[in-house]
Amino acid sequence: MSTRLQSKGRLVDTTQPMEFRFNGKRLKGYAGDTLASALLANDQMLMGRSFKYHRPRGAVASGAEEPNALVNLGQGGKFEPNQRATTTELFEGLYATSQNHWPTLEFDVGAVNAALARFLPAGFYYKMFIHPRPFWKYVYEPFIRQSAGLGKAPKERDADTYEHFYFYADVMVIGGGIAGLTAALEAGRAGARVLLVEQTAHWGGRAVVDGAEIGGKPAEDWVAETVAELAAMDNVTIRARTMGAGVYDHGFILAYERLTDHNPETSGPRHRLWRVRAKQTISATGAIERPLSFAGNDIPGVMLAGAVRDYLVNWGVSIGDRTVVVTNNDDAYRTAIALHRAGLRVPAILDARASGGGALADEARAAGIRVEAGRAIAKVKGGKRVEAVEVCLQAGEGAVLETIPCDAVAMSGGWSPVVHLWSHCGGKLLWDTELAMFRPDPARAPTGSDGLGFVAAAGTANGHLGTSAVLADAQSAGRAAAKATGAKPKTGKAPQSNDADEAPIEPVWLMPQGAGDALRMKAWLDYQNDVKVSDVQLAAREGYESVEHAKRYTTLGMATDQGKLSNINGLAVLSGALDQAIPVTGTTTFRPPYTPISMGAIGGSARDGLFQPIRKTPIYGYHVDQNADFEPVGHWRRPYTYPRSAETVHDAVNREVVNTRANIGLLDASTLGKLIVKGPDAGRFLDMMYTNMMSNLAIGKCRYGLMCSENGFLSDDGVVARIDEDTWLCHTTTGGADRIHAWMEDWLQCEWWDWKVYVANVTEQYAQVAVVGPKARKLLEKLGGMDVSKETLPFMQWADGTLGGFPVRVYRISFSGELSYEIAVPASLGRAFWDRLVADGEEFGLMPYGTECLHILRAEKGFIMIGDETDGTVIPQDLGLNWAISKKKDDYLGKRAQEREHMVDPKRWKLVGLETLDGSVIPDGAYAVAAGKNANGQRNTEGRVTSTYYSATLKRGIAMGLILNGPDRMGDVVEFPKVDGTSVKAKIVDQVFYDKAGEKQDV
Amino acid sequence: MSEPVSFYKGRVAKGDVTVTDAGLQGMITLRGDLSNAKVKAAVKKVAKVAVPAQRKAEVTDGRGAAWMSPDELLILVPYAEAEAAAADLSAALAGQHHLAVNVSDARAYIRVEGQGAREVLAKNAPVDLSPAAFAAKDFRRTRMGQAAAALWLDDTGAFHVVCFRSVGDYLFDLLAQSAKDGPVGVF
Repeated sequence: MSTRLQSKGRLVDTTQPMEFRFNGKRLKGYAGDTLASALLANDQMLMGRSFKYHRPRGAVASGAEEPNALVNLGQGGKFEPNQRATTTELFEGLYATSQNHWPTLEFDVGAVNAALARFLPAGFYYKMFIHPRPFWKYVYEPFIRQSAGLGKAPKERDADTYEHFYFYADVMVIGGGIAGLTAALEAGRAGARVLLVEQTAHWGGRAVVDGAEIGGKPAEDWVAETVAELAAMDNVTIRARTMGAGVYDHGFILAYERLTDHNPETSGPRHRLWRVRAKQTISATGAIERPLSFAGNDIPGVMLAGAVRDYLVNWGVSIGDRTVVVTNNDDAYRTAIALHRAGLRVPAILDARASGGGALADEARAAGIRVEAGRAIAKVKGGKRVEAVEVCLQAGEGAVLETIPCDAVAMSGGWSPVVHLWSHCGGKLLWDTELAMFRPDPARAPTGSDGLGFVAAAGTANGHLGTSAVLADAQSAGRAAAKATGAKPKTGKAPQSNDADEAPIEPVWLMPQGAGDALRMKAWLDYQNDVKVSDVQLAAREGYESVEHAKRYTTLGMATDQGKLSNINGLAVLSGALDQAIPVTGTTTFRPPYTPISMGAIGGSARDGLFQPIRKTPIYGYHVDQNADFEPVGHWRRPYTYPRSAETVHDAVNREVVNTRANIGLLDASTLGKLIVKGPDAGRFLDMMYTNMMSNLAIGKCRYGLMCSENGFLSDDGVVARIDEDTWLCHTTTGGADRIHAWMEDWLQCEWWDWKVYVANVTEQYAQVAVVGPKARKLLEKLGGMDVSKETLPFMQWADGTLGGFPVRVYRISFSGELSYEIAVPASLGRAFWDRLVADGEEFGLMPYGTECLHILRAEKGFIMIGDETDGTVIPQDLGLNWAISKKKDDYLGKRAQEREHMVDPKRWKLVGLETLDGSVIPDGAYAVAAGKNANGQRNTEGRVTSTYYSATLKRGIAMGLILNGPDRMGDVVEFPKVDGTSVKAKIVDQVFYDKAGEKQDV
Repeated sequence: MSEPVSFYKGRVAKGDVTVTDAGLQGMITLRGDLSNAKVKAAVKKVAKVAVPAQRKAEVTDGRGAAWMSPDELLILVPYAEAEAAAADLSAALAGQHHLAVNVSDARAYIRVEGQGAREVLAKNAPVDLSPAAFAAKDFRRTRMGQAAAALWLDDTGAFHVVCFRSVGDYLFDLLAQSAKDGPVGVF
């Protein structure tokens, strides 16, 4: 029975009882509990089932390293799976359910897997499910999906909010144990700007639990004083419940602050992701205790010795009345002594070392605890909880010497420094044979742009296990980091502690060392993924020699705990199986985050309306009021069409097409890119940018131009207007505005840096409205203010003036083939101008139109659209645009590329119009098929459709496409297969379907 | 003719930190050789301040200049004067390679003020906004959330944010949300 002791614990506040629910059961805990301590206090040892075999599991640890005690936490919009009970602070009304079982935690059908364990070895999935092939899709995968997975996926929207925070520090210290506190104190006293974070709610780490003395006073007092001193420093920021999650290049660090997890009723963001830039980072992340690999080491009640001590000291929880301690180092003796002092029974300490322990062993013996050297656990007896241990010789094969009845086992296989944050950005490790641990190699720290280290490990994370050594190491790390940032560290000695003399650790990777198959198949390495000693050994035999391969083959260390308990034991077993030294095997890669962080924290405030900026024109509100059907164009939302009451989208588009050709259409063209290009060399520059001449464009006139990449491919198009002697205004496509601006700056800054040209992106300065249709001039004349007649303002010219009192620049350009004025007004007046046009245009039958109508109008006229007729592989010559390519110019971007053999190949598909024989619309993206098949057995093709629409003007399907020898094949019929198996036939025609002479736009 | 309107028609999100659509502000992009005497004189004449140093803004009551890049300034004047001011700059710099263009309408102009304004901005911009690192008259071109933005701090402790008009509502709402989410307690 696990239970709460009379003494309670140092973190528990008995004045604040709290009720919570686990699997529907009402249970009681206190403020200061974790969910794990509260469950154990209620004798709820069994907390979940394992992933593969569904074995009963309880908490094995007390902190972030916990692999077993994962729960579904919360309900509805606050539901979150895979939450570690050991790091979940208890709150009133907490609601948790266990995972990985069906139908109940106590009785689980999936546990039958465990009975079949010998048929489910490492790599089982790869071996079993490969044949027969169709079985994967129809049998295996559905079955596996049914039984796999840890917690459930949330079904409701997350009810909480999250945020980011950018912070800059000279020295960031990760870890609030005595090492982190010391390092932060030193850096803070030196005057550096310090950020200190601690993942738990409490400062001081293990030292306060283990009752160390620092500078002659209890660690608890020293910690309280140090925290107070740090909190009082203006240059120091300290944050509990904040985990250093990852260290990245250039001193970028992510820290994960859990603001309301311990009290979900509080308002404000739930998590805050700190995005820190630190000149120096100190990883004072402590160490994690290793389990020992003996048969039955996963039965609830078998726990890390340090965790047993934590539950006892911090939360006053006893795991059982009788605890057998098994160890290969002196630290576990502290657990035995603490249990003994608490009035609990320690039937035996089984020390795997033949020579036994040091001063702590003597103390244990003096207290009357039975200490057995050279002994091991052959097997733990029990199912859902520990009943007894069978004792054997560590040197032997597991012959049982005696059976000791007990309720709990406290195990310690030694301590592994938490080197994750040191390693994230490339810090290397040393294998310390004496201490049996990987520790940071100070000579190979992660290096920054200056080639110097920017991360240092300190204290236990740096491989120091004694308190005095930790304090001295952290002091020097804090000073070195402060100094590296230009601060002036103080001098003086680190405080001393009362460290006991400890006997050296003896590595134990399997217990007993000669354990046979039956025992090894029950000796767990990775609890969460059910990887055993036998699995890793099998992987080695099957040739998985690389630790990275063995990891993926066995799934060792691949669970949500990322192998915090299992990795070192696993690679030691692998090394043993391969008969090579542990450092030769090496470790797998440590990747951020240290423990999983919420998706919400990663997203921050980017959700709902703030998920992504949606660019809106000054006229956007009108479109919304009219219930326009929107489409995304880059980050803009543009009206696709404006359906009226019961109208379908298709009908609305057709109405807009017909009305624009008959009366007036109004288009919000504000999104079109507008770049001002100015300077003595602007003409010369634009002659390079465009395929045609722009330098000789007369002031007041407009010219359509094409832009190509240096590889010759058509990249953008638009109308250029000459404003004055050295100023041009270049219209780009909507999507091209920012890209072409950057493209121009690129050439001006990197290649032609001595040309005198400035470019400004004034796209958003103007709302631009296209007034299109045969009655457009009548409307503008009604507004009045300037002469918009053909004589004064002919086609392809522009003029400044006023219309209806609005200051305007009017361009006589047409993308529709109709009489058209594109009118720019200051954006702040855009909506008012639009509303005026709508009101005054009513008598002329004015209707606004959207982007689909725009596309159809231009397709009827055979005008190309960047992104439809072009796809990055098309050159202007493919589109019959030779008229827009200057022959006079020595050079323009793309010219030389367009002269290459492949670009002048007469077999390049060329643009033509396509008229279906039956009047239907060719499906978008359809290919024209030719006779025969290619090398892959596919039908040969001779062209493809680039634009295809129903033309409401012509009342039939029209299309443009790139066809082999197209312009020479007028009247030929080509065939386009459809996805339904039938084909549509189309006649090759001229691409201009409407007003071939161009008379309507030039009136 | 109607009156010109700003991106959010003067909206205010009140709180400990208040976010305000600061309305129409005259802004001119001036590009040129900032070390040139003619440029310096023209800036002084129109903006009433000297060419600001790198990453600095010299702005008083909506008039002044901010350093955008080694060859670009943002000139601020009252909205109604912007068109004329741009023309004045061009006239003063005739014969000198430059570009002066009115961009007042291309911008949204937002004010963030109140205890904790620094933190509201630091939630969204990768800028060191601690009092030690970012003081009055400091100016930065950066991003906020997912939109490009520039900001400066004035003598009264208010921040001024400039972004493209098309994303003004996004940026306003982002800052208002961050203000609503409360203080971090650092600055």
